[in-house]
Amino acid sequence: MENNARNQVLAAVERQMPANKTAYPEMPDFPRLKTDLLIAFENRVKDAGGEVFRPADAAAAQALLASQHAQAKVICSATPEITGNRDIHAVKDPHDLADVDVGVIRARLGVAENGMVWLTEEDLEVNALGFLSQHLVILLSPQAVVGDMYDAYLRIHLEDTAYGCFMMGPSATADIGAVLVHGAQGARSLSVYLLA
Amino acid sequence: MGDEKRVDVAAHAAAFLAQDDVHEPMHDKNLWSARMKRDAAARAVPEWETLRQLASQIKEHTLTHLYNYLLEFESNATKRGAKIYWARDAAEHNQHVWDILREKNISSIIKSKSMLQEECGMTAFLENRGITVTESDLGERIQQLDDQPPSHIVMPAIHKTPEDVAQLFARTIGTDPRNTDPHYLTEAMRNDARRRFLEAGAGMTGANFAIAETGSFVVCTNEGNADIGASVPPVHIASIGIEKLLPKVKDLGIFIRLLSRSALGTLATQYTSHFSGPRKGGELHIILTDNGRSKRLGMPDFWTSLKCIRCGACMNTCPVYRRSGGLAYGATYSGPIGIILDPTFDESKYSELPYHSSLCGSCTEVCPVKINISDQIMQWRKVMAAKKHLPVSRRLAFGAAGKIFEHPQLFRSAETMASGAIRFTPDFLLYNRVLNPWGRHRELPHFAGQTFREWYLQYRAKNNEHGEQRP
Repeated sequence: MENNARNQVLAAVERQMPANKTAYPEMPDFPRLKTDLLIAFENRVKDAGGEVFRPADAAAAQALLASQHAQAKVICSATPEITGNRDIHAVKDPHDLADVDVGVIRARLGVAENGMVWLTEEDLEVNALGFLSQHLVILLSPQAVVGDMYDAYLRIHLEDTAYGCFMMGPSATADIGAVLVHGAQGARSLSVYLLA
Repeated sequence: MGDEKRVDVAAHAAAFLAQDDVHEPMHDKNLWSARMKRDAAARAVPEWETLRQLASQIKEHTLTHLYNYLLEFESNATKRGAKIYWARDAAEHNQHVWDILREKNISSIIKSKSMLQEECGMTAFLENRGITVTESDLGERIQQLDDQPPSHIVMPAIHKTPEDVAQLFARTIGTDPRNTDPHYLTEAMRNDARRRFLEAGAGMTGANFAIAETGSFVVCTNEGNADIGASVPPVHIASIGIEKLLPKVKDLGIFIRLLSRSALGTLATQYTSHFSGPRKGGELHIILTDNGRSKRLGMPDFWTSLKCIRCGACMNTCPVYRRSGGLAYGATYSGPIGIILDPTFDESKYSELPYHSSLCGSCTEVCPVKINISDQIMQWRKVMAAKKHLPVSRRLAFGAAGKIFEHPQLFRSAETMASGAIRFTPDFLLYNRVLNPWGRHRELPHFAGQTFREWYLQYRAKNNEHGEQRP
């Protein structure tokens, strides 16, 4: 039956496709963002409900995290710069991350157009770290900010990773009364630490 | 296929309008606000119109070469370790899901929003077989708890007030019925959903785009709910309509820029997630589903409706949708896009929908992939008239008008004469509650000295930069 379904769907598609074929369009060279990319990125992260910090070095970032999340009991870091108290490499099952208060991940790049950061399975170690953590701290090199989505898609490699996410601020919803609320299902807050 | 199953959209809309003085004005206001935000977001992108044109062309290219792109997607996704299933229709789609769950002894799943799964009636199918199905998108969960389908593609519970949700949550998850604060209510659902995520044996998602070049698919959410479903349970099942294909990864640069700006006026959704094969230690099952899409592809007047990226912009801008509520359409898809998609599933059942439009054309103007929605609505009226689907009340009321609506040129010349004609339409047809429930809340429409088209052309000439006027 399975083969049958496959062949029948494909045969129907082949039969029904319009005879007039549309060509794949030429992509024009779009105008590029001319402003300072890092400043634009910072502003867009804030628009999306996130925060941006510029700690001087890894030690300052560690201190910043401690003061920003003084109440946190479980901190899980997938980065060498920040030390937590839950070893991500010891996590065998994503359910083990259910009690994480703060997850720390290094992003490969940021996008000035909208404040997104790009996180892959390799950066997350365990994908659920990005979604079960109550709060997220994202480390990003200030040199790794690209202008817009066209640039971003030229820089990422979907063939190299089973999972990649452009994350734009914390989880959000406006499903009740069209009122914006952060922390619907994913992270309640997202901070970007600009750290080379 | 008798009259009893025909959706009486006008009667449903009248009920929505008549329920009180709160719901319809709130619905209208919230959706119009989304439309205004969309306009601002579109204006901020200098190449917006070029993007719409490119998106339309890429979609038309893909659809006219869909056979090859489906094979390419299948081959690449398989290489990445995903298991591919094919489904001709809803029943086969649901059977695949059930087979996967049964084989692994999974009794509860968590799902993010998927219009295709709605279309297939998947939740009811699985529940009848003892599977606990939990919607993880807040709006979808509200609708599930209220035993209603989503009323809007992007904002499933937008027809409800916070008071409605407070009552519902008090009844179903034990919140304080007097607390109508959306923050409080969202937090309560977060906590309720959390344990369901952790207990689920599988996570289900849909897909916004599928990329032939890499065998990847993309899911866009604001809540991050699809990502929890895909990253926590060991099994991920994705339902993908065969029209979701795009040729290349770089195409996403265009579509991601258009999608959320068109939907809610935001620069993107908070999460744009790319799945290329199963995650470490997980399984990925992809069900490529036809369910009427190949048939639609062969309809010369309607195949371009397959370009739709489900942003909901046509719904937000539609003056009829905003005042009717999405549930009035009695179908999976509501609003202007619903009017042109639903009859492809059941012509008789949805034969009234094409008349639930003012043909103002605003939907076509905002569509990010340039579907000629209002022309297709007109075209569906022709189909319905030719097949005598028009119910008696409409045939009387529209009598001569029907002919004119089928021919835009005639319509334009006739419009100026209509102020005369309308005076002779018998009052009982306009105001009889059974024949035309809309009449209850309507003044006799007095036609202006200037027709809308004359006014619009003049207005646009004057305001070609900021030409938004609430239709």
